[in-house]
Amino acid sequence: MSIASALLYLVAAICFILALKGLSSPKSARNGNLLGIAGMIIAIITTLNQDVVASNTAIITGIIIGATIGTITALKIKMTAMPQLVAAFHSLVGLAAVLIAGAALSSPEAYNIGTAGFIKISSLIEMALGAAIGAITFTGSVVAFAKLQGIMGSKPIRFAGQHSFNAMLAAGIIILLALFCLSESHFLFWLLVLAAFALGYLLIVPIGGADMPVVISMLNSYSGWAAAGIGFTLGNSLLIITGALVGASGAILSYIMCKAMNRSIINVILGGFGAEEGTAVESGEDDRQVKQGSADDAAFLMKNSESVIIVPGYGMAVAQAQHAVKEMADLLKEAGVKVRYAIHPVAGRMPGHMNVLLAEANVPYDDVFELDEINRDFAETDVAYVIGANDVTNPAAKTDKKSPIYGMPVLDVENARNVLFIKRSMASGYAGVQNELFFRDNTMMLFDDAKKMTENVVKSLKNLE
Amino acid sequence: MADKAELLEHSKKLAEQASALSEKVAAINDATNNAGLVDPFIFGITVFVLACFVGYYVVWKVTPALHTPLMSVTNAISGIIIVGAIIAVGPEGWGFSQFIGFLAVTIASINIFGGFVVTQRMLAMFKKKDGSK
Repeated sequence: MSIASALLYLVAAICFILALKGLSSPKSARNGNLLGIAGMIIAIITTLNQDVVASNTAIITGIIIGATIGTITALKIKMTAMPQLVAAFHSLVGLAAVLIAGAALSSPEAYNIGTAGFIKISSLIEMALGAAIGAITFTGSVVAFAKLQGIMGSKPIRFAGQHSFNAMLAAGIIILLALFCLSESHFLFWLLVLAAFALGYLLIVPIGGADMPVVISMLNSYSGWAAAGIGFTLGNSLLIITGALVGASGAILSYIMCKAMNRSIINVILGGFGAEEGTAVESGEDDRQVKQGSADDAAFLMKNSESVIIVPGYGMAVAQAQHAVKEMADLLKEAGVKVRYAIHPVAGRMPGHMNVLLAEANVPYDDVFELDEINRDFAETDVAYVIGANDVTNPAAKTDKKSPIYGMPVLDVENARNVLFIKRSMASGYAGVQNELFFRDNTMMLFDDAKKMTENVVKSLKNLE
Repeated sequence: MADKAELLEHSKKLAEQASALSEKVAAINDATNNAGLVDPFIFGITVFVLACFVGYYVVWKVTPALHTPLMSVTNAISGIIIVGAIIAVGPEGWGFSQFIGFLAVTIASINIFGGFVVTQRMLAMFKKKDGSK
């Protein structure tokens, strides 16, 4: 590699770092993204000009095909389907890492890591690691995608001896890896890839739908480590830096998500709620009476209040209710009501999912608050409008030590003077825990589809004028 | 006969000296080649660890509201793996590694374009209060 191309790769790496830094505020984010694009263009052109690249035709063809597929998908995708899209993208990074490791194995001369049969042992280790992590990322993300897309049931799939089987498979992968590095056998390499494919599948299959924020973040991290592994094989600093950035980013997001659920990453990987807490789930049935209301009641209540906090959850995304919510908020604001939104970190199926949905509905981002920013304000709020969220509002997380969600940070909606809870039925949330909130005196249940109910509230608000 | 034995001894000694000398030369050569340079793996690890630190500090600064765009933009920049794919397709001819390299170029391009476009789309939606509608 010439000095010039090494320096250009450095420039590209700096562009990527600045692209991530831009995301510290919505104002700088768009410029950051443009910098990221610039970095990518610099990197690709630099690579195309390297001596080892004899002809560009096939490469450009591949780029054009990929660009067409990628751009069309990105323009058409619905914002509610973002988690699926991101999962699909992770799987592609993983697959690409596997393919590149395979290419490096079959023609090492191009990568300057030795000749066929005499590849340096360090390169073999890096190559095998990159391929194995890539393969786990690939099948893991495919499963995550299938679950999010509804192709595969989002319920955890378990079988007896799952953990010990996975542990054996992981041990087998390590042994295969060692044997491959000693022998440089192509057969062992592809066997290793197959075993890693199987492990990726088995790791994600037992994880349930609501744990997806953690899973997606984790796979995000894996895709980064896979890229870094390939970077080591190629001796390319840009790939190593980018892989490390992505890996760190995914790891931090996983940490934030786990913390927001008060669970350890091991706990999430080894199985979700509902498996071991079979005893706690039985409280699903309850004879106590709840106060039930109509859209008119809700509209009247909110219109005559000073401030309203809307608490959206995954149910809002499923019902596609974000536009109706925004319309309701606008009407309330016209009537002089202070309207804000409170978002729990694990609301939705991926980190920040609710923020994007609200942004799509044209909700200004300075009306949207995170858990820590707004939790204290519930006490001075007239109405909390909970739409499609359940577990993240459950006061049992603070008081009931026996509850499976004990210790999880929750939104203190019960402190609001009135709580409006939109729900299809009395069914318990993902964690299978009854929500005490339903039975409080200041809670009014609105039983209906989130979108329909909000639209009815909008109608009633208009009639009140 | 004595002369012959002496000659044999002598030539053996010479051969030993020559090989010792060549070893010395090789050692000196190695030393000069590696002067100021470290093993590429150590260099890679150094870059890797430092980049992890940079990533750690940069990502903690990202506002939670933008965590979804963060994921999609990291998807896009993971597409940098295309650099490795291009090198696989690069050499003259059309063999197995060119073929899977071509697949990898296509796949990585989906990531790059898809990732950046969808990020741009999302970021365009984040507006301030009273901003342009």
